Parts: sequence; C-alpha cells; structure tokens
Amino acid sequence: MTRETSSRRLPVIITLLVGLMLTVMPLPGLIAPGRPDWLALLIIFWAMQLPRTWSVGSAWTIGIILDVANGTVLGQHALALCVIAYLTVRFHLLMRVFPLSQLTATVFALLALYQFLLFWVNGVAGVDAPSVSYWAPVISGTVIWPFFYMFLSGLRYRARPGA
Amino acid sequence: MVASRGNNSNPARIPALGARVIVFIVISILLMYYDHRENHLDAVRKGIGAAVYPVRVVVDAPVRLWQWLGEATTSRDELQSEVGRLRGERLVTKVRLQRLAALEAENARLRAMLDARTRVRDDVRVAEIMAVDANPYEHNLVINVGSQDGVYDGQAIVAAEGVVGQVIRTGLLTSQAVLISDTDHALPVEVNRNGLRTIAVGTGEIDRLDLPYLPNNADIRVGDLLVTSGLGGAFPSGYPVGVVNSLTRIPQQQFADVTAVPSAALDQVREVMLIGVAAQPGTDSTDD
Repeated sequence: MTRETSSRRLPVIITLLVGLMLTVMPLPGLIAPGRPDWLALLIIFWAMQLPRTWSVGSAWTIGIILDVANGTVLGQHALALCVIAYLTVRFHLLMRVFPLSQLTATVFALLALYQFLLFWVNGVAGVDAPSVSYWAPVISGTVIWPFFYMFLSGLRYRARPGA
Repeated sequence: MVASRGNNSNPARIPALGARVIVFIVISILLMYYDHRENHLDAVRKGIGAAVYPVRVVVDAPVRLWQWLGEATTSRDELQSEVGRLRGERLVTKVRLQRLAALEAENARLRAMLDARTRVRDDVRVAEIMAVDANPYEHNLVINVGSQDGVYDGQAIVAAEGVVGQVIRTGLLTSQAVLISDTDHALPVEVNRNGLRTIAVGTGEIDRLDLPYLPNNADIRVGDLLVTSGLGGAFPSGYPVGVVNSLTRIPQQQFADVTAVPSAALDQVREVMLIGVAAQPGTDSTDD
C-alpha cells in the first residue's frame, strides 16, 4: 500500500474524478437509464492493474462518495463496489492474461453482480422495484468495456515511458 | 480467509484481502442500517456532500457557459425585442400587483372580522437548479442552495408556473429535492373551483400526476385547476399544481380515474423559488 508514491496515484484519482463527473452529468431522458457505471468500470480496471493500491478500501471510499452524490442509502454503492473490487483483486492475475473477449465477459458478470447488489439493497430498503431499464447499465458497460480498456491501457503505458 | 486459501505461494497475493472485504461489508451494512432506519448520518452526508460540491460545479459549468455564450452572442435586435416584451410583461404584472395589495388588505380586514389568524406572508428565496443528475430512478434534482442559506428539509419548491417539488436532503451548499412527479411523492391539493380536497400522487412520468382518491361522484371536471391546500404543512396553500386533463368514471369501481398535468414544466425549469412556511419551520409531516 505504502510503496506507491502519490505521483502515481494522481493519474488514477484524475480518472476517478472524470468518472464521477460522467456519473452526475445530465443526460437526455431517453438514454439516461443506459448510463454506464463509470466508477464500477474504473474500479475494475484499476483493481486489475494496481491491485495493491486500488482495492477494497478505495472502492469502499468511492462508493460512499457515490452514495452521497446519488442520494442513495449510505453504504449501498460502497458495498457493491467493495465486493466487485474484491473479486477483481482476487482474480487480477487471471484477468490480466484473459483475451479481451473473455475479459469482457468477466466484466459483464461483475457489472451484473454490482447491479444486482444495488437492486437487492433497494429491495431491502423498500425502494420501488424499477423497470427492465434498470439493467441497461450492465449492457452499456459491457459494450463500452473493450474501448474503455484499450483507452485506459493506452493512457497508462504512455504515462510510463520506461515500462 | 478466502484469499489465503490455495494460493499461499502466489507472490502477488494481497495480504488479508478477505478479512478487509468482510470488514468493509460489515461497515457498509451497519451504515445502511443506521442511515435508513435511524437517519443518524445527516452530518456525515453533509460533510461528504460538501466534498462532492466542486464536482457538481464543474459538471454544471458547461451548461452555464453555454447559457452565458447564448446571452452574450444574441443580436441587439433580439435583445431589444426581449426588453420590450419584458417591459410589457412587467407593466401588466405591476398593474395586477396594485390590485393584489388592495385585495390583500381587504383579505386581512375580512379575516380580522372573522377572527381568523392572518396568513403570514411566505418567505421566498430564489434558487437555481444545477444541471446535475442525481438518481435516474427517482425524480430528483439538485439546487444550488443549502443549509448555509437557511434551506431546511421539506421546504417547498415553486417555479413561476406552479409547484415543482420539495427539499428532501439539505446539504451545506447544495440540496436535493424531489419532484412532485416522483412515485414516492404525494401532495395535498384542492380543486380551485370548489375547494374539493384530495391528494395528487406522482406517477414517475414527468408530465402526469394521479388523483387516486376521488370517488366516482366527486365534482371534478377536465380543465379544473388544482392548487395546494396547505394541509400537509409542508406546502403553503394556494399555489397552482396542475390541471386535470383526463377523467374516467368506471361504474363498478369506487374511485374515478383522474390524472392531471403539472402546471410547471418540471423538466425544463431552471430557476425556482424556495418557499418557507414562516409559521412552522418544516419539521413535521414531510415524510413522503
């Protein structure tokens, strides 16, 4: 945890801030339900790449911030993000050697689990059961993942010329 | 711990991962319990909300810039015609307002004669809606004032055309509000024509309210104006809510099927007013 210097954390924090902005950015009503879970995608990516720095603790903190930004029950997103971060870190070596197609399938499963955890907490908290469009972020997140992955990997290796 | 099973020889093993995730899950569940059941965590929410504020401002900035650019680049002709239109409107409003002053005085006199309590003039504060999405499954919005500006939970939000919603979570610098169209929102209203009282419930559609508790023989027509009745305590009375647009009486059923269109364009307003009920600083009956 402490080996990573703050200069290496900064780029990740910037991507997370951009992700938070994309999360609260207004979208036209029709496509708003299909907004990908940017922060979940980012957590999966960074937990896979830098599992020692970005794992369950940071995922949990980001989840709390997301809960406040979304006005949901405190701990809901924190719980869901923490669980997918755990699974990603646990299997990060495996995921790194997956071909992109297989990795995308894994991301689909993680996003579905993430959305299911949120759904489950909503159910316990007595929030109305949402429509089918509730699951749209899983699909849009999966569709966007290959591009997202290639874009962030590109950024990452460009930022580290020595590697 | 799950993490330490089987891959002890793995050099990339993250120490105590399983233990940490379990601790965080337990903390999350406790937090959810305390937040949902007891509402103890408002201070925490406010603190983190202040941290989210810059992000909201940055997200809101492009929209603001676009508006500013639009204003800065409108032609002189357009501006002049706009000024002309606004002058005309102001004149009409001023004339109406003259009558209002007389009517208010008359109202106060009559109320005094009837020995009724004089209605306190509502305390109004202007706020702007930030171009920020809160939660897509609830009809929420974020406004740019918070407890620093004297906003409180349950405060009514009204636009120029009618009622918009009410504050549900007061932050330090911004607050979250729920629209009257949210499925969890119910608003005590009365028909302006005859004072018939009922409740307008949000449907989850931005342009439709339900009036589910009107009996089949209720005196209501298409085109009736609904205004707030002030009975819930959260909303001051007399503000327009919507207009009845469809009415179906089904003989076998107890209640008529009545819907209304909100008077305010809930998805288009940008500037709103927060109305404080001066007599009772909104701690009651705002649970929705």
